[in-house]
Amino acid sequence: MPAVPKRQLTAGQRKSQRGTEEAPFVKWLLITVALLFSLVFLLLPLVNVFAQAFAKGFTVYWDALKHPNTIAAMQLTLLVTVICVPLNVLFGLAAAWAITKFEFRGKSLLITLIDLPFSVSPVVAGLMFIVLFGLQGYFGEWLADREIKIIFAVPGIALATLFVTFPFVARELIPIMQAAGSDQEQSALTLGANGWQTFWYVTLPSVKMGLLYGTILCIARCVGEFGAVSVVSGHITGKTDTVPLHVEKLYNEYQGAAAFAVASILALGALLTLGLKTWLEWREAKLEELAQQAEQAITQ
Amino acid sequence: MSIELKNITKQFGGVSAVNDVSFTVADGQLVALLGPSGCGKTTVLRMISGLEAPTAGEIFVRGKRVNDVPVQKRNIGFVFQGYALFKSMSVADNIAFGLKIKKWAKAERDTRVAELIELLGLKDLEKRFPHQLSGGQRQRVALARALAPKPDVLLLDEPFAAVDAKIRQELREMLVNLHHELNVTTIFVTHDQEEAMEVSNRIVIFDKGRLAQIGTPREVYEEPASEFVARFIGVMNVLDCEVREGIARFGELEFPTHGVVDGQRLRIGFRPYAVQVSNDLSAHRHLAVLRHTYFLGVLLRLELELPSGLIIRARMSKEEYARLNLTEGRQVSLQIRQYRVLSREGETLSPEVSVAHSLPLSPGEGI
Repeated sequence: MPAVPKRQLTAGQRKSQRGTEEAPFVKWLLITVALLFSLVFLLLPLVNVFAQAFAKGFTVYWDALKHPNTIAAMQLTLLVTVICVPLNVLFGLAAAWAITKFEFRGKSLLITLIDLPFSVSPVVAGLMFIVLFGLQGYFGEWLADREIKIIFAVPGIALATLFVTFPFVARELIPIMQAAGSDQEQSALTLGANGWQTFWYVTLPSVKMGLLYGTILCIARCVGEFGAVSVVSGHITGKTDTVPLHVEKLYNEYQGAAAFAVASILALGALLTLGLKTWLEWREAKLEELAQQAEQAITQ
Repeated sequence: MSIELKNITKQFGGVSAVNDVSFTVADGQLVALLGPSGCGKTTVLRMISGLEAPTAGEIFVRGKRVNDVPVQKRNIGFVFQGYALFKSMSVADNIAFGLKIKKWAKAERDTRVAELIELLGLKDLEKRFPHQLSGGQRQRVALARALAPKPDVLLLDEPFAAVDAKIRQELREMLVNLHHELNVTTIFVTHDQEEAMEVSNRIVIFDKGRLAQIGTPREVYEEPASEFVARFIGVMNVLDCEVREGIARFGELEFPTHGVVDGQRLRIGFRPYAVQVSNDLSAHRHLAVLRHTYFLGVLLRLELELPSGLIIRARMSKEEYARLNLTEGRQVSLQIRQYRVLSREGETLSPEVSVAHSLPLSPGEGI
């Protein structure tokens, strides 16, 4: 990669630039504080996870990962993710569509409801499901009579995760759809397209980046959710423990290395998500830049 | 009859945007819907397209009532103000969209797209995306896309508003040529009277949601139906006159008029071109001082002040101006050769004409 040529500023430019900048020492102070903070509170713990995971050697690490309980936890987490993400993608699209394309009564209520999971503590969310579906809950008896298990079983875990990850896709899409307006869709209508064709050919392609982004965040949260799932799971080892719950259990059982080994999988997943998200952002910025260059080339 | 609107009214939340509008557009015409912003012209266009439904009234296309026909089935081509190109599709895909939806065979589709690329001068741009096009190119893609499925009617919403002056002129000429070539009934919305005059063969003028006048550019200019039309189309001197001794008078100016009674008030209007100016002070009855000269290109606009302080506007060619050896501050004589009664007392007047003789001037306001 060729070295980026350093910008040569004339004295005048430097002076004019200084007018919009802080004094150098303020600038460096702020940068140092921000860097130190992220180092101590973000990077250090992350490095520590991996250090602890391998503290007793690779064999212990590997044994912890291939333990049947760990495998079961991973399978459950995957299952919950596979259930929740498509549902929330569907819901997110529908909600964003409804909110941005139509005027209706209760629209602001819907927007508030979408945000609810962000403002409610996950533990409270979990308890809410216990109150509804638990043995002593409103529907508990009815469900028990029909031998349907929701709480302390997979459906409860899926429900709790669904609730917590509810806003991600919708929240990503609403601003994009609002900015795009409805002109393109109306165009498609005048060209004979029906609602589904309009959605498939016009709306979906124009929001695909946002959708992908929202989906990634949704997956990350599905995999990592602890609070709400912890309340409804019942912590049955090998049955209703998701990966985060399994990590906690191992740690509480003084299996530090094993706990960190499993945690390192979660950390790796998080890093991967972060990388993917950064790449998507970079790609979008790059496309934007190309578009601007093309535009300039045309107007010149 | 290609398109007919009968007593169309549109209300948005109880407020009338369009009020009891009726007009017809014959096959193959190029019609402008003209009016100041907020006069309801775009709403009328959207109702013809089916994107908006009228609150009351009926719309007919080729004699068939289309009120309940959805936009998809009306076979119209619509060009949006911001073009609304599909951002994620190439130029060729944009143009082919309507054909794909209407299930044209691939070969026919390709032929049609190539035809339109040729027709609109979009060669070598087929693979570009909308963000890689200039404003004028986008406009042409939007036109190509709308024309591709061979619509019965082409509707354009402020088609030239978003491009700069030079491109605008090119696009206007292109639209006229296209219309000449394809002979498709075309209706476009504009707030620019000059554009409407230049491009269309009929103009429908709106004023606050109501129809003000329909006619050819010449008719609406020479025979304005109301003071609003007179002042919206071109420049007009308007005077609030009082009838004395059987003649409408404003200061020293006199306008002999039929069928008036003393004491009645009349609004008299005359175009700048109807003011004859001479440097021979005995040539005409009224004396005036040339206060300002505005250079408009081939034509000049003069502001002449009468002894009473009344300022009237005249126009003349550069050559005439030079021949008369005129300069600002010079005294001239003038007469008004043509004028018309815009309204009589008791008839309602549009509120914006309440100022009698100081018309707002804006640069570029032609004719």
